[in-house]
Amino acid sequence: MLYREAGQFKTSYAADQALFPIRQDLLGFGLFAAFALFVVPYIASEYFLNTILIFFLVLVVASIGLNLLTGFCGQLSLGSGGFMATGAFAAYKLTTAFPDMHIVVVFLLSGCITALVGVLFGIPSLRIKGFYLAVATLAAQFFLLWLFNKVPWFTNHSSSGTISAPPRGLWGDSLYITGPQASPETKYIFLVVFVGLLALLAKNLVRSRIGRSWMAIRDMDIAAQLIGIRPLVAKLSAFAVSSFFIGISGALWAFIYSGAVEALAFEITRSFQVLFMIILGGLGSLLGSFLGAAFIVVLPIVLNLVLTAIDSSIDVGTIKHFEFMIFGALIVFFLIVEPHGLARLWQIAKEKLRLWPFPY
Amino acid sequence: MMQSKRIAFWSVAPLVAFVLIGFLLQWMASQGIGFFDWWFFSEVAATGLLVGVRYSLVALGFVLIFKASGVFNFAQGSMVLFAALTFVGLLGFGVPIWLSFPITLVVMWLLAVVIERVVLRPLVNQEHIILFMATIGVFYLLEGGGQLMWGSQVQTLDIGLPHGRIQLFGGNIQLQEFEIVTAGIAGLLVAVLAVFFNKTRVGRALRAVADDHQAALSVGIPLKAIWVIVWTVAGVVALVAGITWGTDLGVQPTLSLVALKALPVLILGGFTSIPGAIIGGLIIGCGEQVGEVFFGSLVGGAIQDWFAYMLALVFLLFRPQGLFGERIIERV
Repeated sequence: MLYREAGQFKTSYAADQALFPIRQDLLGFGLFAAFALFVVPYIASEYFLNTILIFFLVLVVASIGLNLLTGFCGQLSLGSGGFMATGAFAAYKLTTAFPDMHIVVVFLLSGCITALVGVLFGIPSLRIKGFYLAVATLAAQFFLLWLFNKVPWFTNHSSSGTISAPPRGLWGDSLYITGPQASPETKYIFLVVFVGLLALLAKNLVRSRIGRSWMAIRDMDIAAQLIGIRPLVAKLSAFAVSSFFIGISGALWAFIYSGAVEALAFEITRSFQVLFMIILGGLGSLLGSFLGAAFIVVLPIVLNLVLTAIDSSIDVGTIKHFEFMIFGALIVFFLIVEPHGLARLWQIAKEKLRLWPFPY
Repeated sequence: MMQSKRIAFWSVAPLVAFVLIGFLLQWMASQGIGFFDWWFFSEVAATGLLVGVRYSLVALGFVLIFKASGVFNFAQGSMVLFAALTFVGLLGFGVPIWLSFPITLVVMWLLAVVIERVVLRPLVNQEHIILFMATIGVFYLLEGGGQLMWGSQVQTLDIGLPHGRIQLFGGNIQLQEFEIVTAGIAGLLVAVLAVFFNKTRVGRALRAVADDHQAALSVGIPLKAIWVIVWTVAGVVALVAGITWGTDLGVQPTLSLVALKALPVLILGGFTSIPGAIIGGLIIGCGEQVGEVFFGSLVGGAIQDWFAYMLALVFLLFRPQGLFGERIIERV
């Protein structure tokens, strides 16, 4: 009853194509954003902010990035970890080489560098399709990690191979978002705004001409060619934009989430983690990227709590294996039962909500 | 005819490449870069070949399933781990080897039935990419499940393979005995599979399914049964691969990552060719060892991690169907 769009007429194309065509959606989103921005930082504990919310927001960016490539353009990539590492190390090199550069600019530039690397490894996708490409991206994953591990230039010759984020403020020397002085609240609020803007960018990209060309390539590449879409441009742009997001995510991970990172943090399991987010959340849905990331962040924590509650002497390895099994089973389950993931469940819930509380 | 010609060519070409690389290294050594010795070079190359046989074995599992069902089975690596873990676990219970081997085979057969029933059948007619991602799910399921059941610590596997070293050419070349034995086993397995595929009724049915699912169905080949057979055979191959790798490295979770190296092997050999998988494995194994020993030290070592993948990447760019693959790749 509350969630009815009856009576909301659209009189222009612009109104029809608005991000939130239904008033209740707009209202709901506004309330949610306000809650996330103004209420959460005050009520959440430091632990909750640091290990759950900031982690979640960083992963969302990677998840959006991979979803653009896999969900929207149909190109499977197993190299997300390598591209995240590229973003992290690019940001580190940039900010240590140019200390005066604004940190947001550093993040964006490191995204651009990752985009270049991504295009380089995406070139095989012009000749091959499907899982052949997965192998090409695996090459990226292993090669990039080896590069960052072995070439001391990338870590500024740090003996441990670890890069640690230097303190950088949003506004001169105040409002630190990286380094030891940064408070979790500042980091969190910055991330909410930054990730929100990135998500808006992604949303508008997939609604635009370029996003449509990706989806056309995904659905049927020959038909797409026939209506005048150049596969070369579409695929490489998908690779570039996807790597841009994933690179930024890696930079955020290194600078804001963990503060100090080594190349090993972006091993192949990270790539799978990001892939699982978009499969569980929903391929080809930006909302799915958010839901999937939330799921992947929350499930291990819940699992840990539940299993230790059942048997307090349980060891970490066993929990890890349970986690593996549950993820594996969920992947298969979702692919069979609900290939559009959690995002589709949300859609169904909205359908139900239109009639609620009446049966029909 | 073309096929046999190409196979002959690719059996000679590596020898030529071997000699050429040898001369290159000799020249480099004479310029003061690295070191070189023909005997040592041959030893490294031979070790690489023997390791390569084991790569081929894993790759073979991929090829079998891909040929018969068009599914790119990412879970092959974890099947190797799972089979090895089950085998070692049974040995740990005091079950003798001659008994635990067939028991593990039965387990792999059950696994094949379950995978066909639960994963493949509901996903029939889905896109390849969806099936591929489903096998990634299976990968995690098996990896977690196997370790949950049998523990994740490194377990040594000793089934009585000889552990000495063999001296060849008056002691100039030393090779591990068990590597030679495993290479022999792998060769035998390949021969058996070749006969199975080419001479038996089931093998013919398998090839028919590989060519065209619907045509095979319409002449009365039971698709579901065929899939179970293929996955079982892949399970058997996984078990043998698991035992040979496990003897070398110990049975541990990294086995499934070793198995990932079968992917570049496949790219090299072509996804649909059994001889391709073998020769691809040999090239990768050999190239990796030689690269690591002679070039790795120049760039900081551990190039084993990515050498195979980068080689595959080069192949993808210039010869995407691999050495022996059919030209079925859809160009974009």
